[in-house]
Amino acid sequence: MSARRPLPRWADVALLPVLNLLLALIVFSIFVLLIGQDPIAALGIMINGAFGYGEGIGFTLHFATSFVFTGLCVAVAAHAGLFNIGGDGQAYVAGLGAIAVGLLLDQTSWLLVLPLSILASMIVGAAWAFIPGYLQAKRGSHVVITTIMFNFIASALMAYLLVYVLKPVGVQEPSTANVVNAGKIPQLRQFLPFFGNAPLNLTIVFAIAALFGVYFLLWRTKFGYALRTLGHNPTASTYAGISNSRMIIYVMMISGALAGMVAVNEVLGVQARIVIDVTAGYGFVGIAVALMGRNHPIGIGLAAVLFGALYQGGLDLQFYMPAITRDMIVVIQALVIMFTGAMEGLLRPGLETAFMLYFPEQKAEAQKRETVGTES
Amino acid sequence: MADTPAEAAQRPSGGAASPPAIELKAISKSFGPVHANRDIDLAIQRGTIHGIVGENGAGKSTLVSILYGFYTADSGEIFVNGKLENITDSRHALRLGIGMVHQHFMLVDNFSILENVILGAEDDALLAPSLSKARKELKRLADEYSLDVDPDAIVQDVSVGQQQRVEILKALYRGAEILILDEPTGVLTPEEADDLFRVLHVLRDQGKTIILITHKLREIMAITDNVSVMRQGQMVGTMPTRDTSPEKLAELMVGRRVLLRVEKGPAHPGKALLEVRDLMVDDDLGVRRVKGVSFDVRSGEIVGIAGVAGNGQSELLESITGMRDQKSGDVILNGKVLSLEGDDGARRAREAGLAHVPEDRQRMGLVTQFEEWENNILGYQDSSAYGSGPALDIAAAQAQARDRIKKFDIRPADELLKTANFSGGNQQKIVLARELDQDPDVLVVGQPTRGVDIGAIEFIHNQLIGMRDAGKAILLVSVELDEIRSLSDRILVMFDGQIVGEADPATATEGELGLMMAGISGKHAA
Repeated sequence: MSARRPLPRWADVALLPVLNLLLALIVFSIFVLLIGQDPIAALGIMINGAFGYGEGIGFTLHFATSFVFTGLCVAVAAHAGLFNIGGDGQAYVAGLGAIAVGLLLDQTSWLLVLPLSILASMIVGAAWAFIPGYLQAKRGSHVVITTIMFNFIASALMAYLLVYVLKPVGVQEPSTANVVNAGKIPQLRQFLPFFGNAPLNLTIVFAIAALFGVYFLLWRTKFGYALRTLGHNPTASTYAGISNSRMIIYVMMISGALAGMVAVNEVLGVQARIVIDVTAGYGFVGIAVALMGRNHPIGIGLAAVLFGALYQGGLDLQFYMPAITRDMIVVIQALVIMFTGAMEGLLRPGLETAFMLYFPEQKAEAQKRETVGTES
Repeated sequence: MADTPAEAAQRPSGGAASPPAIELKAISKSFGPVHANRDIDLAIQRGTIHGIVGENGAGKSTLVSILYGFYTADSGEIFVNGKLENITDSRHALRLGIGMVHQHFMLVDNFSILENVILGAEDDALLAPSLSKARKELKRLADEYSLDVDPDAIVQDVSVGQQQRVEILKALYRGAEILILDEPTGVLTPEEADDLFRVLHVLRDQGKTIILITHKLREIMAITDNVSVMRQGQMVGTMPTRDTSPEKLAELMVGRRVLLRVEKGPAHPGKALLEVRDLMVDDDLGVRRVKGVSFDVRSGEIVGIAGVAGNGQSELLESITGMRDQKSGDVILNGKVLSLEGDDGARRAREAGLAHVPEDRQRMGLVTQFEEWENNILGYQDSSAYGSGPALDIAAAQAQARDRIKKFDIRPADELLKTANFSGGNQQKIVLARELDQDPDVLVVGQPTRGVDIGAIEFIHNQLIGMRDAGKAILLVSVELDEIRSLSDRILVMFDGQIVGEADPATATEGELGLMMAGISGKHAA
């Protein structure tokens, strides 16, 4: 039991994630070598696919838009000490709100559809997250368990609705009717040919706004203060007169609302309808994004772009290197999630030791941030 | 070096014939820029009780942690029985016969005493042989050192004093010749503490060496043979206990003269500001902890609640301050009944003019991961002083924090520093500054000086007296009987969830209070 020596802040937020990412890529390279392909070339294709040309960038940012929402969804809950794993289900169900507005107002203007569909999907997402929030706050049912379960319920509910209720007559595939006019959120390629055929749409503006909004909410408002108090120390928040149960419900609803915005991006921005699994597991990627981004909007923005690049680069890799199948792409995504998310602390002890050995001046700085209150 | 008195004191009795049980030479240990231990020299003679006193952060804990193998010293040498040793971990320390009794017991509550004693010292994969061997050994130890315990009792069912015995037995069972006790009496009744001292005397007479870490000077005077004083990581003196006095030790600890007694004038109580009526409170597990308690606290008086920790004081405080709903009964603040609706009762209590310095500042009164200024608004975060709308006026909050830092002499004077980096005394000052500065009518204070330095204790006590003289009603709960006696104008004794007696601090003796605290005498002593 020796004193913990934390890393300097820049190493914690920048160096460690980069090293974790490199580790994931190294392990991936081994897999690529094992199937007889050139890992350097593969990485080259991925990077070029994600950032090398307009359409690639457009796809990367489109994916990143969804990841920002799901990342923030996880982060807001995490700051209150809640682990919302239900982002995926919340986003999926929120699609109902988006498509309802899209279909109802299809003959009006996108200027009307965009804000109202965002509002509607936020409300539906919040409502879906309210239930686990309520159960946690009032009944003590652990939110991790209930949100996982609610993903399955969402999935089953949506499948039922798509197959039996919402599917227009004569359509073979389980899906809703299409929006055709104003219900489609304008894609940026309509104004900027640079983006080729990428589905990047105006929702990205709301993603950026959400990053700022969450920052403001958490660190610049009284509500955010109370939320973080609950997250750090629930006893202290009771002491401070904060209603923990009410706060848990509010936080879950905000979290669900953020996840709900994914639906606008995917349903009205790309598909123009709800299909089965329209959210494609983005809710789960949000967990990795939030972990890698240290639950901070800046980090989440960067991590979302990284995961967007992985998705888009992966698609290109699959296309140009047929030996690398769809499954291999899943492998690299999983590796990155594993190394930057679940095993995020893998290199930490070693890095801390290295810092102590090679940067004695950092030691002092790190020490300053270290707890001395344990002395008795 | 300031330890020449140490050598002077040790040489004549230590001599060359038998080496000291433990000898430290020039031990240093730094945590970054903090010198926790600086050039510590210390010799502890075999068969003595050696006290180590010092304020929080003086380096006592670090020193014994080095001895026990939790930390490795940056430099210096440790001799155990005259042999140079490099203690790498606590197993190693145990092999050398050094045993530790921690301040917070390391026992498995739902194991029997016997099972706890062998935990980690089982001889083989099957438990039965170890248990029967331990049973015999326990019997022998009990006879030899008059340390009677029932080996089959479940730990959570026995008293705290008994649990401490189990800790001592654990160390002895592992062959400890040198016992380190870290603040052993913090959780004991005066009676249990006397019991412990008797046991320590027996152990010493049987040739064991005992190192006692404490900040209670009375204990040092009562049972130690020699005492060492630490201040700011240095050993400032070692001397035979009979040659010193509490005042002298306090001065050595703090580096200046301190008043050990609180000076206060007579109380001028006015109308009752806090009324508690037939209060029944359950804990989180639904166990009734407060069983029908009624009392008043009037303006201009300090009412102290004495009692051994765990007799319902915590639940009483939490209920009065709105953190925990009572099962029945009323809490009346300023003539208004505190409503039970919702789980934000603490907010309504504050609005009714109550301020709360909680028992456990780190768990309750502070968010240690927050910066100092953020804790400065805890509980008052919705106040219009920090912005009229939903946005938080950070500049205003920080300016106020800077003011209070100055007013309450909080060190370091940095409102942007993480709260965990403040010492215990300064953390307590952060809480006090926040609560006292609200100018409340009723102040509820739990353990105001737990883990706080002598210098800061003086300051805190004076602040509380000042509040009293300003006409506030103060309810004080403390397990430090000395503190209760010196601060309170009236003492209520709590035992097993009930007020078992009331006493006048001017006339009640410690013995009378101790008996009431142990639930033996239920009569009013005053």
